Amino acid sequence: MGRYVLRRLLQLVPVFIGTTFLIFVLVWAVPGDPFTGLCGDRPCPPQFVAAMTEKYNLNDNVIVQYLKYMGALLTGDFGQTYSEQPVGELIALAAPVSLRLAVVAVAIEAIIGVTAGILTGLRGRGFLDNLVLVSTLFLIALPTFVTGFVIQIVLGFQWEILTPTVSSEARWSELIIPGFVLGSLSMAYVSRLTRTSIAENKRADYMRTALAKGQPKHRIVGVHLLRNSAIPVITFLGTDIGNLMGGAIVTEGIFGIHGVGKLVYDGIIDKQGTIVVGVVVLLVIVFLVVNLLIDLMYAVLDPRIRYD
Amino acid sequence: MRRRRLLSAAAIPLALSLAVTSCSGGGDGDEQGAGDSNKTKSAVLTVFGSEPELPLVPGDTNESGGSKIIDALFTGLMYFDAASGQAKEANAESFELTAPDEYTVKLKKGWKFHDGTDVKADNYIKAWNYTAYGPNSQQMASFFQQIEGFDDVYTADPDGPEGPQTPPTPKSTEMSGLTKVDDYEFKIKFSSPYTLFKIKTGYGAYMPMPDSFFADPEAWKKNPVGNGPFKYVGRVPEQNLELERWDDYQGPDKAKIKGVKYTFTDADAAYADVKGNQLDFMDTVPPQGIAGNVWESDLPGRAKAFRVMAIQQISFPLYNPKYASVDFRHAISMAIDREQVTKTIFEGNRKPIDGYALEGVPGYEPGACGKWCEHNPAEAKKLFDKSGWTGPIEITSNADNGHREWVEAVCGQIEEALDTECNFVPVQAFGQIRQAINAHQMTQIYRSGWVMDYPDIENFLNPIFRTGGSSNDNGYSNPEVDAKLKEADEASNPDEAHRLYHEAEEMIAEDMPAVPLWETPSISAWSERLTNVRLTPARELDLSFVEIK
Amino acid sequence: MTDPNTAAAGTVTTEGATYVTAAEHQQVAPGKPRSLWSDAWRDLRRRPLFIIASAVIILLVIIAIFPSWFTSVDPKHKDLDFSRVPPSGDAWFGYDLQGRDVYARVVYGTRWTLLVGVAASVLTVLIGAFFGILAGYFGGWVDGLISRIGEIFFGLPFVLGAIVILSQVRNAQVGGAFPIVSAVVSSIAVLSWPVAMRIMRSAAVAAKQQDYVKAARALGARPARIIFRHLLPNCLAPVLVYGTIALGAFIGVEATMSFLGIGLHDPAVSWGVMISDARNYVRVAPHMLLFPAGFLTLTVLVFVMLGDAVREALDPKLR
Repeated sequence: MGRYVLRRLLQLVPVFIGTTFLIFVLVWAVPGDPFTGLCGDRPCPPQFVAAMTEKYNLNDNVIVQYLKYMGALLTGDFGQTYSEQPVGELIALAAPVSLRLAVVAVAIEAIIGVTAGILTGLRGRGFLDNLVLVSTLFLIALPTFVTGFVIQIVLGFQWEILTPTVSSEARWSELIIPGFVLGSLSMAYVSRLTRTSIAENKRADYMRTALAKGQPKHRIVGVHLLRNSAIPVITFLGTDIGNLMGGAIVTEGIFGIHGVGKLVYDGIIDKQGTIVVGVVVLLVIVFLVVNLLIDLMYAVLDPRIRYD
Repeated sequence: MRRRRLLSAAAIPLALSLAVTSCSGGGDGDEQGAGDSNKTKSAVLTVFGSEPELPLVPGDTNESGGSKIIDALFTGLMYFDAASGQAKEANAESFELTAPDEYTVKLKKGWKFHDGTDVKADNYIKAWNYTAYGPNSQQMASFFQQIEGFDDVYTADPDGPEGPQTPPTPKSTEMSGLTKVDDYEFKIKFSSPYTLFKIKTGYGAYMPMPDSFFADPEAWKKNPVGNGPFKYVGRVPEQNLELERWDDYQGPDKAKIKGVKYTFTDADAAYADVKGNQLDFMDTVPPQGIAGNVWESDLPGRAKAFRVMAIQQISFPLYNPKYASVDFRHAISMAIDREQVTKTIFEGNRKPIDGYALEGVPGYEPGACGKWCEHNPAEAKKLFDKSGWTGPIEITSNADNGHREWVEAVCGQIEEALDTECNFVPVQAFGQIRQAINAHQMTQIYRSGWVMDYPDIENFLNPIFRTGGSSNDNGYSNPEVDAKLKEADEASNPDEAHRLYHEAEEMIAEDMPAVPLWETPSISAWSERLTNVRLTPARELDLSFVEIK
Repeated sequence: MTDPNTAAAGTVTTEGATYVTAAEHQQVAPGKPRSLWSDAWRDLRRRPLFIIASAVIILLVIIAIFPSWFTSVDPKHKDLDFSRVPPSGDAWFGYDLQGRDVYARVVYGTRWTLLVGVAASVLTVLIGAFFGILAGYFGGWVDGLISRIGEIFFGLPFVLGAIVILSQVRNAQVGGAFPIVSAVVSSIAVLSWPVAMRIMRSAAVAAKQQDYVKAARALGARPARIIFRHLLPNCLAPVLVYGTIALGAFIGVEATMSFLGIGLHDPAVSWGVMISDARNYVRVAPHMLLFPAGFLTLTVLVFVMLGDAVREALDPKLR
């Protein structure tokens, strides 16, 4: 196991470098004026442009820029925005909020999705099965922004049942509706995944054995069926936390949540390259680490899997 | 009658121009009744703002997010009185023209910075020299162009910002035109007479800076120290920035409230927050609040359309031969039904104009544009055919802030009347068009406008339409118009001048270098606990006047 | 409370009966070989979900190619007198802010929406399948290289990467319908190909172990022949399923990008663009948003349904 972990960690490095270099190039090496919008409606005075160019190493070629950036990164310096705020601080403020939102979303999708999946997986074809199938299809089809946007406008503005935006503290209770919106797509996948997994494992030999042995139903389902069906579902949920942190841009924008998604979106629109690259670096690390952890947990959950 | 000098490119940019409200500005939006003074004294207001792009150095701030905060942190020689719209002395005890090309400024004694040090003449002189000195790369450097000795402190980039050469080091770090007389008095000499300067000192570019800034600018930037009615408390990046009332302030616009917190969020989210009383003030309601005028029912009694002395136009890049035909330009103007657009797209919140200024500007009289601004599709079509235009018509602007909607509507009317294709070509930010405009490289008709700098019709004509005017972006030049404007400049009394300016306005309409459209007021909204809400000429909440109910 | 034994056993038996019956029901033309594909087709023909989905898709394709059959109104014609008029007998979906007929806009928008979905899906599958088969067949350093490159693109959060690429494109002010569509399609494909690659790769790795492949190699067949003649047809199934479902997903992605303001724009007016234009007016003129959003959801739904049905038909485990 140890060697496997080491090998995986080593494999992480080129991927990390590759992804961060890619985004670095996309942000900084594309032709165009990086300072648009900093100086209001007028073009920036040449001294200003010269000073900023020097500060952000824009005169070096892109590989050198990248190396300088990564060098600074290794010491924990994520660089500064144009208004001289440390990007590291901004990310440190926004990341916990996004994490909370992702956790809420995953919790909601797990509870609803797994329950629906179990019920339909056990029952087989029938009204409930078709209902769940169709509604999951519907949830998959409905784009997140439509769901979020309509909920916000209708429930928040028009009928005034909910507060349409989330405050800057982003308390857990406020994150439930955005979490639901964010997780709605994954919820559909979770329930289908659970359903398929249970339906497959239902016919396995050990199930028939347990049945023949006269085990009570709740034990068959709870101990044998669920534990074995859980593996793909947990895998999915685990990677989803990582995905949702990076993919919540639209939801965070609609509900005014100050998370990394909003941070990076504003960074892209305001052309603050340092924020964009910094956030992506963080997200890539999260993604790679989470994937590794999930794979390791896979081995724990399923004794048939062995890593050498 | 003030003699107008041709300004060079130091003219006030659109984003920063101060809009002087009309004389009705005093009563405009004063929500009646003073508030509860105890509650007011301890209240911290939350105001919608945008994150300042750069550290809060007044000489380096040119966008609305930062200038809003600078306005609260600093007070300069003059200030713009919200009630009357006039410029009045603030830190200046006297500001006299002692020679045709020289002002002498005496400062009031007893004014201090937030760190307790005195505001003296040196603080102004050093600050202005610092901003003007090229290598400091301050954005507002060109605002000191007219002062004698500016060329010694600021050198141009020989091949433009794109080129590899850097500007040569300037000869001096100080402008010879600024001379200190004693601790509280100094003189400003210009390279040629420039009386307009006095009023301009109300702008953020001309603020004094404390000694601590010159000692350690980086430390100052982390904790800005000013001399205005509010002092800096702290900020949470990307979220908010907090200021607190400074009780030792000597200026005319002391604050009653305890503090103000600028919150940076989405305009739509901010609107929701104002509605829910989580946010105290936002100065411009976003398009979703204006659609169907829902702002009126959402926020009864706490939202208002404040009149702003600003107008919207579309301009033709006259240096481009495509737009040479005056018939074409008249056709465009007559194809537009301004009433219909303001009624359907703007829900009646804009008022069409038929001249190059708007009502309430001294010297303005309606009707200068006359028949050229009347909706007349038949006549428009005739002129259009006569002009021989081929190909699609393109109008460009940034798409946000509701601009997409009205430009598309105008295009639709043009298509209808002239039976030809008209397209809206959006850009991400107006700054992108700005560059092409400045370089005289526009190929499309573009959105333009004007915000009044000071209350006179002359401000709407000379800078824009005179040959070589500081804001003459589209290359318009008509010697007859120039002669008429000169005649008006030199008129013996204001009434005569205004009459002549009006004639010039009519002549300009005959050429139609820009199509006048409508006024652009600001719909502002606030929470239930606010009273005495009014806007400053800079379209911001008047923090000295507002109170809590 | 039913007896758990019989209930569970009954489930098993019932399902077994279904399979037995289905197998019996399958009529086989004498002498005709039964392949995975013909079996799948027979299965699909009988599924109501598949029939409905295909019918709707065919209808949408017809609307996309021949919009004038469905409406005679010019979708670009603006008339402010009709601004925001709600649905009526004359205009089934009402009018938008500029006074354009929403129904006509939806009809003409079908073309762009479908074009982006189909093109992005095809491109993703082509790129992914190409690299996937190479990686799967050759193994070794080829596989290592391609997999690493795939991981690099895979590690980039999709929405983020799309926004970065497309906002750069937007700044470059690309004009004209096809350049805009190409930009959106390319950015989606660039960010999604690793998934297709992985699917194809695992299928290729599994197929490589098959006897017929070993036999072909023993006979001295060149790699190209093996890949195209033997591997490809047998690895196609999972990628095809992915492609169909991805089509639906990409249509949703395009709408999201247009909503954010960086996807398509005039003159390529898709349903996503219509939704984006309508967002400020939802409270006063909801019909401007509802109809394009409804069509969007419906379209994504039928493609996902189709992909679902195809997957179930092709999956040997469920037979």
